Amino acid sequence: MQTDTRGPAPAGLTTTGSRAPRLRSRPGRASKRTRLNPLPLLVLLLFLVFFVLPVLWLVLAATKTDDQLVHNNPLSFGSFHALRANWDSLTGFQGDVIFTWLRNSAVYSFLALVITLCVAVPAGYALAMTEFAGRRALLVATLVVMLMPNATLVVPLFLEVNAVHLIGSMWSIILPYAFYPFGVYLTYIYFSTALPRELLDAARLDGCSEFGVFRRVALPLAAPIVALVGFFSFVANWTNYYLPYVMLPQSNQFPVQVGLGTLLDDVPQFNPTVSGLAVHRPELALATLLAITPVLIVFLFSQRFLVAGMLAGATKD
Amino acid sequence: MSASSTRTGRARPPIARKAWRPVRAGHGFVAAYCVLLVAFGVVPTVYALKFAFTDAGAHFAGLSNFTSAADDFRFTPALEHVGLYLVFWLISLVVLVVGLSLLLHRMAAQGVSKALRFLYYIPGALAGAASVMVWLFLLDPTVSPVGFLLRAFGYDTFGEVIAPGHLPILFTLIAFWTGAGGWIVVMYGALNNISPDILEAARIDGAGAWQTARSIQIPLLRKWIVYMVILAFAGGTQLFVEPQLLSQASTGVAGRDYSLNQLSYDFAFENNNVNTAAAISVELLVVGLVVAGIFVARSGFFDAD
Repeated sequence: MQTDTRGPAPAGLTTTGSRAPRLRSRPGRASKRTRLNPLPLLVLLLFLVFFVLPVLWLVLAATKTDDQLVHNNPLSFGSFHALRANWDSLTGFQGDVIFTWLRNSAVYSFLALVITLCVAVPAGYALAMTEFAGRRALLVATLVVMLMPNATLVVPLFLEVNAVHLIGSMWSIILPYAFYPFGVYLTYIYFSTALPRELLDAARLDGCSEFGVFRRVALPLAAPIVALVGFFSFVANWTNYYLPYVMLPQSNQFPVQVGLGTLLDDVPQFNPTVSGLAVHRPELALATLLAITPVLIVFLFSQRFLVAGMLAGATKD
Repeated sequence: MSASSTRTGRARPPIARKAWRPVRAGHGFVAAYCVLLVAFGVVPTVYALKFAFTDAGAHFAGLSNFTSAADDFRFTPALEHVGLYLVFWLISLVVLVVGLSLLLHRMAAQGVSKALRFLYYIPGALAGAASVMVWLFLLDPTVSPVGFLLRAFGYDTFGEVIAPGHLPILFTLIAFWTGAGGWIVVMYGALNNISPDILEAARIDGAGAWQTARSIQIPLLRKWIVYMVILAFAGGTQLFVEPQLLSQASTGVAGRDYSLNQLSYDFAFENNNVNTAAAISVELLVVGLVVAGIFVARSGFFDAD
């Protein structure tokens, strides 16, 4: 199967660029709406505070001692010294286990992402652009499974995985992650609304095989949806808590999300029964920051695709 | 696209017919997906059904697992918790996401609009356990940056803030904080898909922002709104990590056995009763399917097909 999912991305990007003149709404609209209504702006700013303030606070909390956290201004910077101390205690927790958790998360999420893209994009394409026996049934099944709260299947999945003796194996979560009907559906929607069928017919008349049509015509145009699906899949995998919580019993197998729960259990302010090596709140804040950094980075990379992906549905029927 | 259309341009005249979807091509493309679908969609569902209708000795048990789940003293409260949470969560999601997307879409300054969408999205990176960590701090008046607000409402301790009656609101806050930004990106994209000609026509006809939104943009967004509601509903019934971690952070005072999923988990792994656990899973599954079916049937969600 096709594995080169990243290759077409630059091609797709230039494609979107060359199509930009068709999206003439933007400059036109900008010049029209020059008068400013303060109320919408106020609402938007209020929500800006709601969304950003906690993140800002979290970043600053990691630079404080627990005492500073309680007594200083919540939005003040602590000190690099305290940050360093928090880092040392955090990495000292169970001997560097935080790095193990982060590495686990990366391995699980990335492997699942690669499988998801290789599986979901061709499937979404076939559902949208080809006809085959059972297409409609598969489409409905996809929608159904996509809507099915996947946590309801965690217990049954546990029983299934247990039956094949894979509990504690990383594949017990990677393979369920890789099954991503949401990605198939997004791809389906994208192709069925954004890819003119005439284009495929033209390629076929030019002698392209069915796989060639997909590989040479559809896939290069699918860069935005590949990025979108990849992005959603990575975030979903990275942030999943319930499945690894059930499937992976060993602390050194935890992804960082489950690891955070372990840390939380050792914070005396939240769990007064903690004895011995306690985790201080700023260390928990620092761990949370570390846990989210990869997703943030991925988002920075994907952002241009996110919008491009949605913009690309500029076909006229 | 421009390159390929020039390349294939000469082939265009003969295909005036709308001949699409060639036969036989699709199976190869969907084979791998079908394998995963069976292994991690169909088989677990069958497992859930099998365990839900049998007893520990694998004998057919009729509905006894369902009645023993329903008779459990934790079941009805959990059902109410999740239901109430869903009401708050879905209403806030639809109203605020659509509203904010429309506002962002109208913004003259594209750069600012883009920056705001990005900033709104940032909490999405904290989905799952990370968001709960942040909100544990935010809801603790001693360290919270909005401690003054909490105190203004009369809550001086973490315990008072996380009183059981507050939990649906608190979980809605967490879910909205992490989830809304992503949906705003999607809604904004869908708004961009609306032909500028239509909006231009509406503007020339004298439609204001409110009228344009109500009569043109929101109806054209309907498909995406329904989509969002279905997925948010599905996600909402799954409520697990938030109450689970909250219960850890309050040593079991708030959030223990709060949601149906926690109950299912406890039946399976604490009470060693996978059959009752499976019965709850099946119930959640059926509820999800019925609601999804109603939405799909009534929203024309399959119009694209």
